[in-house]
Amino acid sequence: MATAPALDKPPAAATGTTAVHRRKGVLSHWRLYAAISPFYLLFLCFGLIPVGFSLYLSFHRWDGLGAMEWAGLAQFRYLLTDTDFWSSIGNTLIIWALATFPMILLAMVTAVMLNSAVRFKNVYRFAYFLPNVTSIVAVAIVFGSVFSTNFGLMNALLQAVGLDQVAWLNTPWGIKVAIATLMTWQWTGYNAIIFLAGLQTIPSDLYEAARIDGAGPVQTFLRVTLPLLRPTLLFVLVVSTVTGLQSFAEPQVLLQTTANESTFSGGPDHAGRTMVLYFFQQTFDNNDFGYGAAVAWGIFLVVVLFSIINWRLVQRRGED
Amino acid sequence: MASIKGSRGRGVALHAVLVCGLLLSAFPFYWAVVMSTHTSTEIFSYPPKLLPGSHFTENVRNLFDTVDFFGSLLNSLLVAVSVTALVLFFDSLAAFVFAKFDFPGKRALFALLMLIFMVPMQLQAIPQFVIMAKLGWIGSMTSLIVPAAANAFGIFWMRQYMKSAIHDELIDASRLDGAGFLRQYWHVALPVVRPGLAFLGIFTFMGQWNDYAWPLIALTDPDNVTLQVALSQLNGTHGTTDYGMVMTGALLALVPLLIVFALGARQIIGDLAKGAVRG
Repeated sequence: MATAPALDKPPAAATGTTAVHRRKGVLSHWRLYAAISPFYLLFLCFGLIPVGFSLYLSFHRWDGLGAMEWAGLAQFRYLLTDTDFWSSIGNTLIIWALATFPMILLAMVTAVMLNSAVRFKNVYRFAYFLPNVTSIVAVAIVFGSVFSTNFGLMNALLQAVGLDQVAWLNTPWGIKVAIATLMTWQWTGYNAIIFLAGLQTIPSDLYEAARIDGAGPVQTFLRVTLPLLRPTLLFVLVVSTVTGLQSFAEPQVLLQTTANESTFSGGPDHAGRTMVLYFFQQTFDNNDFGYGAAVAWGIFLVVVLFSIINWRLVQRRGED
Repeated sequence: MASIKGSRGRGVALHAVLVCGLLLSAFPFYWAVVMSTHTSTEIFSYPPKLLPGSHFTENVRNLFDTVDFFGSLLNSLLVAVSVTALVLFFDSLAAFVFAKFDFPGKRALFALLMLIFMVPMQLQAIPQFVIMAKLGWIGSMTSLIVPAAANAFGIFWMRQYMKSAIHDELIDASRLDGAGFLRQYWHVALPVVRPGLAFLGIFTFMGQWNDYAWPLIALTDPDNVTLQVALSQLNGTHGTTDYGMVMTGALLALVPLLIVFALGARQIIGDLAKGAVRG
């Protein structure tokens, strides 16, 4: 950045005596640090210190009120054998997979169609983006009514075509499908628009060349579009992993009316209890702050691990 | 030519599929309208009502009698507006420094900023709660506003924007005129990046308006909450009995956000997508 106007190195025209200049430089630096300090101060108080404190807490037993008691590795040892935690990982991954794969497929197909449709593109983009900006609480309430066992639209549709009704929010698979449907609805349009932006960076003469070589639409998509879309796919997959594996509001609001013990319990048989719901339950329902901190670190590890796996999968496919 | 007819047919099919997607996207909003205009008895009946009914005002009256809708609406506005104003100021100020100046430690500080992106909410939640409790902020809107007053995403995004939008000659010229750092920021940088500020502002407002997990923990007084938490309480207590009223609450909570989004949609969609492809 040779052209950046550094205050300590003003352009020749502005140079006065060097003494004045040097004093001015120090003064300006002080202002620069002051200007960026609010963020770093906030981060120190509400970011860095909390994360450090979380680590410290995870080696202790604490109910948030009394004295902290050293526990060594006991919290983590318990975490490894805690079947509730493992089943919450399972729930999270199943819901994530049920939501993410249809979502990416739908988003890609939608993006390809949007890319070839010339008219009304802005109308479509607006409408497809809408689900992503709306309040998840309000939307989860609406989806709760759609999947309601007694009067929900889903069951009315099933009944209309002569199929058996499903107790969506009362069975393990029904719960997962309902949460995944909500997530797919919320993120498909957003990802379609991301894919569309990726598609628009692909030069049109590549398509022309493929057409001249006699490639059909499917072949063109697999050989030209998909490889060039890989960076975008990577972005979409990593964002979906990080957000999807930390889902909280969707199951919490959707299942709060069928939850019997607490609003963080994840519905009947805890079938919708995701990792983050389990964290909230342990911490703020049971007031087990020490174990809660250990669960939080466990979640962090799972999210990092799956992000790396996704990254590797997409990258390796690129080497073929 | 037959091929023109064929491509027109394909065009119609294409738009037919795209319109189906559009209807799916819009359907839950329509469904909220349908449900909020019926009584619970009508909602519980079969076959389901597919068209809006006539009990909207009745549901609204029930809603206002049951929860402090305007109180929580004001709380949400207070939080979203204050955070947006603070974020716009602090983020653009820091971004200006990172985009246009050199100083010792700049690279390290910026790397730290990127790292902060990755820290998940759960790792901060417990200690934040403890710190807030010590400060006496738990239960008040301060506990939502202060930690959100500046953020890594906004600084990073504004820095990218300012790097290309503000020409170095402009800053040089203003310095020759004797403008100090703050005047360069206020009179030279900010007017140029107004579209970028609009994006960051709308994005921040929507994020704060929809924020749910942290307010749910931090706002311990059930009578003094944000709209999202009030809505969740309403659903928790009346969700199995008075569906029409709960749905009315959901619908009314969506409206302010839809207005903000409609005002800034073009910019939001374009800028977010650009950032993703670049990143």
